[in-house]
Amino acid sequence: MNYDVIVVGGGHAGCEASLSCARMGMKTLLITTNFKNIADMPCNPSIGGSAKGIVVREIDALGGEMGYCADRTLLQIKMLNIKKGPGVRSLRAQGCKINYPKQMFKTLNETRNLELKEATVKELIIDNKIVKGIITEENETINSKIVILTTGTYLNSDIMCGHEKYKGGPHGEKNSMFLSKCLEDNGIKLIRLKTGTPPRILKESINFDEVTVELGDNEPLTFSNFYEATYDINKQYPCYLTYTNKKVHEIIMNNLDKCALYSGMIKGVGPRYCPSIEDKIVKFSDKERHQIFLEPERSDDIEYYVGGFSTTMPHDIQEKLLKEIDGLHNVKITKYGYAIEYDAIDPLQLKLTLENKVLSNLFTAGQINGTSGYEEAAAQGLMAGINATLKIKNKEPFILKRNEAYIGVLIDDLINKGITEPYRLLTSRAEFRLLLRHDNASIRLTEYGRKFGLIDDEKYNIYLNMLSKMRELNEYLENTYLTPTIDVNKFLEDSNSSPLYGKINLKNLLKRPEIDICKLLKYLNKDYDKKISEMVEIEIKYRGYIDKTNQEVEKMLKLENKKIPIDIDYNKVSNIATEAKQKLDKVRPLTIGQASRISGVNPSDITMLLVYLKKEYNNE
Amino acid sequence: MDDTIAAVATAIGESSINIIRLSGKNSILIANKIFSKDISNVKSHTIHYGYIMENNEKIDEVLLSVFLSPKSFTTEDVVEISVHGGSTSVNKVMELLLSNGARLAEPGEFLKRAFLNGRIDLTQAEAVGDLIKAQNESSRKMAIKGIDKKIYNLINELKEKVLTLIANIEVNIDYPEYEDAVVVTKEMIKESTIYIKDKIIDLLNNSKKGLLIKNGLKIVIVGKPNVGKSSILNSLLNENKAIVTDIKGTTRDIVEGSIMIEGIKIDILDTAGIRKTNDIVESIGVSRSVEAINDADLVLFVIDSSEGFTSEDEEILDKITSKEVLVIYNKSDIKDNYNVKKLNKYKFLNVSTFDTKKIDKLKDKISEIFDLSSIAESNYTYISNARQIALLNKSMDIIKEIDNAIEKDLEIDMIEIDVKRLWETLSEITGEVSSEDLLDEIFSKFCLGK
Repeated sequence: MNYDVIVVGGGHAGCEASLSCARMGMKTLLITTNFKNIADMPCNPSIGGSAKGIVVREIDALGGEMGYCADRTLLQIKMLNIKKGPGVRSLRAQGCKINYPKQMFKTLNETRNLELKEATVKELIIDNKIVKGIITEENETINSKIVILTTGTYLNSDIMCGHEKYKGGPHGEKNSMFLSKCLEDNGIKLIRLKTGTPPRILKESINFDEVTVELGDNEPLTFSNFYEATYDINKQYPCYLTYTNKKVHEIIMNNLDKCALYSGMIKGVGPRYCPSIEDKIVKFSDKERHQIFLEPERSDDIEYYVGGFSTTMPHDIQEKLLKEIDGLHNVKITKYGYAIEYDAIDPLQLKLTLENKVLSNLFTAGQINGTSGYEEAAAQGLMAGINATLKIKNKEPFILKRNEAYIGVLIDDLINKGITEPYRLLTSRAEFRLLLRHDNASIRLTEYGRKFGLIDDEKYNIYLNMLSKMRELNEYLENTYLTPTIDVNKFLEDSNSSPLYGKINLKNLLKRPEIDICKLLKYLNKDYDKKISEMVEIEIKYRGYIDKTNQEVEKMLKLENKKIPIDIDYNKVSNIATEAKQKLDKVRPLTIGQASRISGVNPSDITMLLVYLKKEYNNE
Repeated sequence: MDDTIAAVATAIGESSINIIRLSGKNSILIANKIFSKDISNVKSHTIHYGYIMENNEKIDEVLLSVFLSPKSFTTEDVVEISVHGGSTSVNKVMELLLSNGARLAEPGEFLKRAFLNGRIDLTQAEAVGDLIKAQNESSRKMAIKGIDKKIYNLINELKEKVLTLIANIEVNIDYPEYEDAVVVTKEMIKESTIYIKDKIIDLLNNSKKGLLIKNGLKIVIVGKPNVGKSSILNSLLNENKAIVTDIKGTTRDIVEGSIMIEGIKIDILDTAGIRKTNDIVESIGVSRSVEAINDADLVLFVIDSSEGFTSEDEEILDKITSKEVLVIYNKSDIKDNYNVKKLNKYKFLNVSTFDTKKIDKLKDKISEIFDLSSIAESNYTYISNARQIALLNKSMDIIKEIDNAIEKDLEIDMIEIDVKRLWETLSEITGEVSSEDLLDEIFSKFCLGK
């Protein structure tokens, strides 16, 4: 059998990778150990969050599937950081762990050029450092031009809970024992990472009188840039908030030796931003209580996720702890929390396309690259799929820059900085985040998606229509003037704004922070779509800051345009630190800009590198 | 940087010892060729007594210090030869070095090598440059402080403050659902910016004094012809530098001299009397006087007490109103305790050049105006480098923008854009951000490339 692309693993990275390849016309095979686990959400079935919500918008704008799938299956959705500025607004949805995978599986099945297969891959077919296909555990050989590995946490994984430790993937599934060895034998460096998940509980065992309700937003919201919301905003599932207490902390401190994390059993590095409850109690001992979020997991609403309570305590202690918490005194646990340790490849071995530098025609995406999170995985899957296809078609690779998308930031960080813990996107990682907004995702990226054939005519027309409406509104604001009438000044006074003394166009009036575009248009009896109005308003109101950010982008691009010769011998560059020399040689950055972002390479090293280039290559 | 450079490291003049420095991989080899002993295998940081030889002839009796790579100023092999002062001996040794394979160093080339070899960072390079150019004891002290990383510590303290702010804002944004983190309010930002602003203002004020130490003060004496300007200059300088006669227009060009008050160098310029004249030479002098006034830190406006305030004085006053002025009522031996109402807003002094006590009072007054005694006593942690001062001023502008945004009640994300710019600007001062500007600076300073 022969395929263009084989995708190994059916998680969020694998789904997007196989869909993008198939949609771009590649004969694609998705292999996964168990169809039941396609698009699985083994941790919290939540999609989005700060920065991550914007990534889902970006995936959607490029023609990926996650946003649409989440919109169609969500239980609750809200916009975060509304008051903190347009650059950091981001959606977070509580998804359904039954319906989301179902919807995704349906889409995969309906996609042309895409075949699905249940099997576990044992090894890669490698000929002279070029990957040419896979061999399954049943010794079936399947050839392909490119292989994309999206194996998540399944590589050589161990499940740990209390002092128990056994080989296995999430949900006690079979893991992939042989693939790690195959990669390592072929010169790929592996690192050991860890992550964990909290217990799940029965809804009927929660006493809702003792916890606080947290509702979704009161207006329709979508991850999709193209389609309207279809859920009923009045029928969203609430989340709940409760707290740990002194008694809980005491039990944890007295039983630390029993948990996997503190008994020294876990070797992998866990994420700092997602600490287990044991970690929180030990490291923040001055805190009297920690938040615990009770979140619905499925539309039939029988099971809840205990957010903020990731643990590796033995089962009896987990039960004892939860029963001390308000609302959970009679709790019934359906699944216990555990930690999982797994192999990932060191992302410094990747190119910007996510192709491996050691093994040609091998791409990787998702947790195997050391990231955490469904959104980060999906984004890489999409990019790996696009670039694999472009490679087969002999076309220029698709690299998103840091000023274009969070996806660009994610991949640039991964391959330049490497990781010491599972990588999560944060808004603080994006230096130009005012440009990488929720509202303008489609403006930034839809044309790319269209170019690759991932945006169909229907979506593209919706996009073009949006652009023309924005243009129309902009012209209206530019050409419509207000004069200081009593009526106008009354409106301004009601908006806490100062009165007019001469005429002013609406565009300039909107520069006043206190003037809201929707209220202004309503006052003028103009009917414009709210989303479009807000997009136009952001560009006007924050122009000064957007310009400032653009200046910073210019600075970056200047360094980005200083190319480093591919054949550079870093040993000849005098006086850069040995660590910097090794890192530079490993990453082999293409530009000075990229070099300056490599961790362990300091500004003084960059200076010396520039001096060297100037001397040796007369590089301007 | 493969060749070996040589230069006289001490000022050429009437000193009894001069030091010639060699740096580069052939330093030892070249020195060995002209030294009476074999130094090819000596240890680093050793001093050797012997003779500089040419064809078995002793040229000079010298001490030769050896610093082996990388423990030297340039990180290359360095040899320093202490030769006897006087140009003949120095020139002869230099000549021998050059004919044996060394190349004459360009100005600042040792420093450039130290920088390019990573021995010193940019702030240090700048400070060393200042040290070399230091005009007096105070500026020398200041340059050394620069190397001591005093500037670093000061700026780093501010940077830390800004970074804490940034970190807190980011936590608020990235973890909106968690109550654990302190929510950064605009008041908190304001508090930090006020603190930083005060520190920067202090630093800038100090830097003005720092510049004063580095460059000294410029004082210009003006007045209509024959009010005794040159006499005042002479008594300040305690020498007869300007020709003093009682013929008007005697001083046709600018006469200059320097004195030290409280260790600060003060250049004093005596100008041609400013009057309308048909004499071409004199009129050039007059226009130069006007230029000198523009450059001056202080203008001594001399008035003849015996004549009073005349219309000619009035005209001169018009030319100096924008400057710091000290009115000198001269010839107090003829008419003491004189002053003019119209000049009451200026500081003034009654002076007689025949009375040394009164001249001392004039020096005291100058010292008082610029607070020279406190400058002399304080510990010199100033920023004197133009690039760094410009960045401090830029920081102040950014703080203004932050305050504006807070005033307008803009969202925290917008405010943070400027907070981050502030952090970056401060980092540029210490050379920790390799910005394009900094690179330009480096390239212009050290004219890199072939």
